[in-house]
Amino acid sequence: MQNYTISGGSEAALSGVLNTSMMEHRRNGKIRIKSHSRSNIAIRILICGLIAVTVLAFVTFDYKDIDFAEAITATLHNIKTVFIQPRLERDTVTGVLYQLLVTFCLGIISTLFGAVLAFFCSLLCAKNIAFPVMANVIKSVVAIVRAVPTVLWVLIFAVSAGLGSVAAVIGLTFHSFAYLTKMYAEAIEEIDDGTIEALRANGADFWQIVFQAILPASLSSMVAWTFMRFEINFTNAVAMGAAAGAGGIGFNLFMAGSFYFDLHEMGFLTYVVVIAVIILETFSTKFKDKVK
Amino acid sequence: MSSKQMSVFRKRKITYIAAFAIILALYLFSSLITEFHISEGVRAFPDAVMWMAEKLIPDAKAFERFPKILEKLFETTLLSVAVTVIAAVCAFFFSLLGSKTTRLNGIINRLVRMIASFFRNVPDVVWAMLLMFSFGQNILTGFFALFFTTFGLLTRAFIETIDEVSSSSIEALNASGADFMQIVFQAIIPSSVTGLITWVLYMIETNIRSSTLIGILTATGIGYLFDMYYKRLEFGSASLVVLSIVVLVILIEMLSNMLRKVIQ
Repeated sequence: MQNYTISGGSEAALSGVLNTSMMEHRRNGKIRIKSHSRSNIAIRILICGLIAVTVLAFVTFDYKDIDFAEAITATLHNIKTVFIQPRLERDTVTGVLYQLLVTFCLGIISTLFGAVLAFFCSLLCAKNIAFPVMANVIKSVVAIVRAVPTVLWVLIFAVSAGLGSVAAVIGLTFHSFAYLTKMYAEAIEEIDDGTIEALRANGADFWQIVFQAILPASLSSMVAWTFMRFEINFTNAVAMGAAAGAGGIGFNLFMAGSFYFDLHEMGFLTYVVVIAVIILETFSTKFKDKVK
Repeated sequence: MSSKQMSVFRKRKITYIAAFAIILALYLFSSLITEFHISEGVRAFPDAVMWMAEKLIPDAKAFERFPKILEKLFETTLLSVAVTVIAAVCAFFFSLLGSKTTRLNGIINRLVRMIASFFRNVPDVVWAMLLMFSFGQNILTGFFALFFTTFGLLTRAFIETIDEVSSSSIEALNASGADFMQIVFQAIIPSSVTGLITWVLYMIETNIRSSTLIGILTATGIGYLFDMYYKRLEFGSASLVVLSIVVLVILIEMLSNMLRKVIQ
């Protein structure tokens, strides 16, 4: 920015024009081009804070005297083995695809259970149709359930149900339920109050309001959230297979990576998962467009 | 009621019934494949809850270990923030190349989107196991495992945010002859910064939960602490780990909700 250096009477005239407008000047006469609103300051403080925490993190991390160059070279070599030379050695393609189907089905079951439970729960905690006290209590409980990582739910249930599909489904359901309840409740809260009021004035009972007003109005966003959750649950089911022995392709990945140390097989399994997720993503985007 | 109105309700009813039938079929098929029986699940559930109420209560030994848990929790928080910030910086530059609004180059555009999709979809467990071979039981294993997925996710989210908010202001600057850097600093950043920060805050929350999982696989951080107590059957200490994660996640959620309100 350049300073205004205008001589003579025109300066006074110009400054008069400028001063009456919305512009602010800095002390040296430059025009202020950035707004100093509360939100801009907050953003600046937040960014500085995040950078400070990041620096603190790198300073305090315990690196255990790792040879960085060596580790990076080894990593690059392993990445090359996994992604350039995938090879299946211990299993057949059909076997792998079947395990993929198992993971897929784990995702379906937990999403379905989560969705059904979340639907009824969201009716109890959407602000526009539920009692305020009950809504707040349920929302807090759901927030706590959501705060526990999925893997911990699976491991906790595995103690009494044993490692396997039961623990995996219950664990995955817990987190899906909590997530979807929040999303469904938000979708219901967006409904125009007039529709519900009109039905109420006509003497409709609770279930009539649910099925004739709430469901038709919020179905498309509910379906979109459910699909998004299904994508997350599929990825989570892979992770649970690896970290909590829940079966499916995640378990194969775990065996290849941590038991046989077979990077080629790990690469093959990874590609299967990646392709499956990309197909799922494409399908779900198309489906969402259609529903909208 | 006229017949036309009736047909609307009938149609709706038929749609509901058809949807229900499809969902039921999907469920039956899935339970057959995964060998999950709902009776088993229903039976296991009360037992599990009883067990949780009985065993998952922090004992005296757990409180002795509390400083250690807090230390690991602190480390995990720092890790999640650091990963998200570094990934966000990389993702921002990447998303400028991938955004349609900057009109850099069609091929680069598509390439960036493909790379982001790849990083997003390779499961973090694969990165974790892969890095375990070279970095071992190190915090950097978790760092890079989280970094790759966060980078992929944020690149996609940033591209969408930038495409959504800044097309008209970019057009205006383009028309008045601004160069690329001017467009970035005067149009893209001011119009999309709130959206970008919302995504960063969301990813910090997600990464705290994910780092528990990565920790279990790579024997680092808070995940390792839980796994160790869990495998030693010291459920009192394990439950204290769970409780402290819950408190941390809820605190961060509240903090980021507050920040979101201020910056909007």
